[in-house]
Amino acid sequence: MKKIEEIHLPEELRYSADHEWVRLEGELARVGLTDYAQDQLGDVVYVELPSVGAHIAQGAVFATVESVKSVSECYMPVSGEVTAVNGPLADDPVLLNQNPYGDGWMILVKPDDPADHSRLLTAESYRSRLKGEA
Amino acid sequence: MRYLPHTEEDIAAMLVAIGARSLDDLFASIPADCRFGGALDLPAALSESALERRIGQMAGRMAVSPEYALFLGAGSYDHYIPATVSSLLGRSEFVTSYTPYQPEMLQGTLQGIYEYQTLTARLLGMEVATASHYDGATALAEAILMAVRITGKKKAVLSRAIHPHYRQVVRTYFAPTGYELLELPVLETGLTDFSRLEEIPDPAAVVVQSPNFFGCIENLRGAAEKAHSVGALLVAGFTEALAFGLLKSPGSEGADIVAGEGQSLGIPRSFGGPALGMLAGLKKHMRNLPGRLVGKTKDRDGKRGFVLTLATREQHIRREKATSNICSNNSLNALAAAMAMASLGGTGIRELASLNHDKAEYLKNALRDAGCPVRFSGATFNEFVVGFPGGFEARYRRLLDRKIVAGLPLGAYYPELADCGLLCVTETCGREEMDRLVREVAT
Amino acid sequence: MSEALGTTGLILNEPLLWERGKKGRSGFSIPDRDVPSRPLPLEMTGGGPDFPDLSEIEVVRHYTRLSTWNFGVDTGFYPLGSCTMKYNPKINEKLAGLRGFAAAHPLLPAELSQGALQLMFELERFLSEITGLDALTLQPAAGAQGELTGMLIIHAYHRLRGKQKTKILIPDTAHGTNPASAAICGYAPVPVPSGPDGIIAPETVEALMDSETAGIMITNPNTLGLFEANIREIARIVHERGGLVYGDGANMNAVMGIVKPGEIGVDILHLNLHKTFSTPHGGGGPGAGPVAVRKDLARFLPIPRVVEKNGAYELREDFPESIGRVLAFHGHFGILLRACAYILSMGPDGLRDASRMAVLNANYIREKLRDVLHLAFDRPCMHECVFSDQNQQPTGITTLEMAKRLIDYGYHPPTIYFPLVVHGAIMIEPTETETKEDLDAFIAAFRSVAREAADSPAVVREAPTRCKVKRLDETAAARNPCLAG
Repeated sequence: MKKIEEIHLPEELRYSADHEWVRLEGELARVGLTDYAQDQLGDVVYVELPSVGAHIAQGAVFATVESVKSVSECYMPVSGEVTAVNGPLADDPVLLNQNPYGDGWMILVKPDDPADHSRLLTAESYRSRLKGEA
Repeated sequence: MRYLPHTEEDIAAMLVAIGARSLDDLFASIPADCRFGGALDLPAALSESALERRIGQMAGRMAVSPEYALFLGAGSYDHYIPATVSSLLGRSEFVTSYTPYQPEMLQGTLQGIYEYQTLTARLLGMEVATASHYDGATALAEAILMAVRITGKKKAVLSRAIHPHYRQVVRTYFAPTGYELLELPVLETGLTDFSRLEEIPDPAAVVVQSPNFFGCIENLRGAAEKAHSVGALLVAGFTEALAFGLLKSPGSEGADIVAGEGQSLGIPRSFGGPALGMLAGLKKHMRNLPGRLVGKTKDRDGKRGFVLTLATREQHIRREKATSNICSNNSLNALAAAMAMASLGGTGIRELASLNHDKAEYLKNALRDAGCPVRFSGATFNEFVVGFPGGFEARYRRLLDRKIVAGLPLGAYYPELADCGLLCVTETCGREEMDRLVREVAT
Repeated sequence: MSEALGTTGLILNEPLLWERGKKGRSGFSIPDRDVPSRPLPLEMTGGGPDFPDLSEIEVVRHYTRLSTWNFGVDTGFYPLGSCTMKYNPKINEKLAGLRGFAAAHPLLPAELSQGALQLMFELERFLSEITGLDALTLQPAAGAQGELTGMLIIHAYHRLRGKQKTKILIPDTAHGTNPASAAICGYAPVPVPSGPDGIIAPETVEALMDSETAGIMITNPNTLGLFEANIREIARIVHERGGLVYGDGANMNAVMGIVKPGEIGVDILHLNLHKTFSTPHGGGGPGAGPVAVRKDLARFLPIPRVVEKNGAYELREDFPESIGRVLAFHGHFGILLRACAYILSMGPDGLRDASRMAVLNANYIREKLRDVLHLAFDRPCMHECVFSDQNQQPTGITTLEMAKRLIDYGYHPPTIYFPLVVHGAIMIEPTETETKEDLDAFIAAFRSVAREAADSPAVVREAPTRCKVKRLDETAAARNPCLAG
């Protein structure tokens, strides 16, 4: 497993304490799991994503990610409607391990309140939280 | 006691190593008010020979063939178990191992169960089968709960021609869930009446057994079409796995989930258990399957091997969100079934199933010719419902005195069939035995 | 030092069933046809399943070879924690094969099945005496089904009292089956954290047990191998607040004849006959999970129930408050028979001695390994002891790797990564049927593995190397499931 210093956390993204990242793309927000989360999970074998059109509140479960011997729930970082999901993840869950901020993204959301985004953690504050956890 | 190898010397040395003064010392963490001070009120230990006598006496108080002629099926069938199956299944490497959590040292069980899953899927015409369940009834209950999970609907419709005990088990499993169970009546043909299915809003599953409890062969294709037309899955149950050696498989007829009893495949009746719950489904529903699954993989050298897989569905990982609470299953009986299916082969199972069918037809026709009303007009496999001249129950009782068990009286299960019994014939029943029954019934 | 146990032998490869055989062969002797052929209508019949046709010798070699790739209690030491892998007596297998029982139909009229009913009746009485509870059902097919039966009884109890509950307390050391069984009854599991001493404190239960809680499911001894010493006080709190105490008797092997759960506040308890009562595990089952209850809960037990009247036994269904059937017939009779034979062989003293020796063996291993493996809770254990890989952390060798290396030494590994409250848990349950010499050899092997972890970690990571296959790729199996050939 990586040391906290080795965890890749792009500066331009925002983070939730539950290890999701959020990238603002116009009116939409792209959501995925952080490098830290994928590293902790180990080899991801299956990802269950919500259906497009679902409205999910902040803090509610929007996906489950499975490794061989664990199931982890992913919590919605911002309330909103799911406008797209990363289809290829279903056939190729390894993307989540290989490129968590790129091909391994999970869902695209239309946030209820765009300001929610700014209330999430910065890369720096997320990293210091991780240090606290470790 | 021969199962406890410790000598006084061993015990003394071990206590010294532990730093305890006595065996009682080891239980010091149990508060005094939690201890049972007395001696258990149980029979004194028996020697092996005395034990064999005592259990043997009890076994002697059971009615079994050849002393008795039994025409009793109803979910538990008398099929010959080849000596090879009993002998191979007795190998203690299979018998005394645990669930294969360490796959490298349990490849025998794992490949054996993978083969069982494969042969079961082929027998039932499905894509995937689980590693086993307790029995046909619990497999059926789990299959219906699976349909509820898949469809997100909260109601199941069961044919009344499903084994009454199976319906009872389903009711037990459903009682605390709040999901609704409804029943479809039976037609004069002995087949399920689907005419009012459309009046039932939003069912998750339509559940039919074929051959059904009365031995009648249901029209599964029609049932599948009707189920699908109301947005439900067809769950096909069975109690006689051998039937699919001859009949069209439930999967080829459009069933979405198939669940039933595999006791006919190399497993002794053993007063009803342990038997074998078989459950099979479609690949697209794989992650909703209850129970263990064995999958194929490779080892570090690229060699073929087998492991327990998709375990994230199961209780030890997903806990309260698991697809079932099952842990121990009936693995050894699944292995027996695989051995029986392998021994029979594709050619053999068809031949054996045909022979079973033809024998039952012989008795059914002979009884009909002797004046016994055959209750249902539908085609049957191995079992059929019949009345006896002068009343079923009275004649049944009289035959017991002559060491003939003439089927199962149906009054307790179906009041409208109070004057009928369910009779069963398998390949173990000779023509002479059947002729004798007919003579006894007719006189 | 005597010769190491683990070695290599000639292991034969064996293809899958359908990679063998030839159309037209048969391994089954079909009886002569003495009736005319009566074909079914064509629209009903299919082509028959696509099974391979094998001769008898092919079937025999196939399964004999497969069996040699397996490791059972008869092969060697199997210290799988929480599973009680004790010796499975041969006589019990022989008795289960007696024709009177093996060929018995479950729906025989009572007068023709007195032997089986008597055996069930007597076994109920024996288990009732061992558990200190009043009534029993033998029907549940396994421990998890026993739990479900118990939860259904709790559900029926609260429903009859007019106030259904929504939650159930489950300690963090529980088996996963506990929450899964409770969930079927609609009870949300509320985790109860164990204290720093590894057991549940009454105050913790006091704080969680509210009017919405149906009761508690408690494993005692718990999965850390520790006796829940506060059980009486916990039961008092739960009872006072209208709840019931469910005992998971999976670990009963530690306390037979020493503790009667019914006397210390447990209302409902399941037993695992395939653990405590020596019936073989069969590579995953079948087992049996009888459930014992206190007198006033007997009315909820599954039907049918065995009843005795003037020396005759019968099965009765007229219990209107029963939860119903949980299995098509009367339980795993073949397993019940083996367990009954075991109890009769052991007698009251033998059962108590079995528990004593099980606890002695576990404490012996605990003492002899504690300087190389980290003890999760440093206090005397019952029938099993729990270590972790904490001491090995500087070497980078984990619990999994040590477990795999033990295989090369000729041992089935202990239970690993359970209970979840111990990070990297190694749970060792030797059972009472192992000799001191075999324990010593296992201890030496584990010490050797711990040494290798420090001195030659590459050897440990490579393990196992002496099995039919090397370490298997479970990730690939789960990513692209292949469940049938």
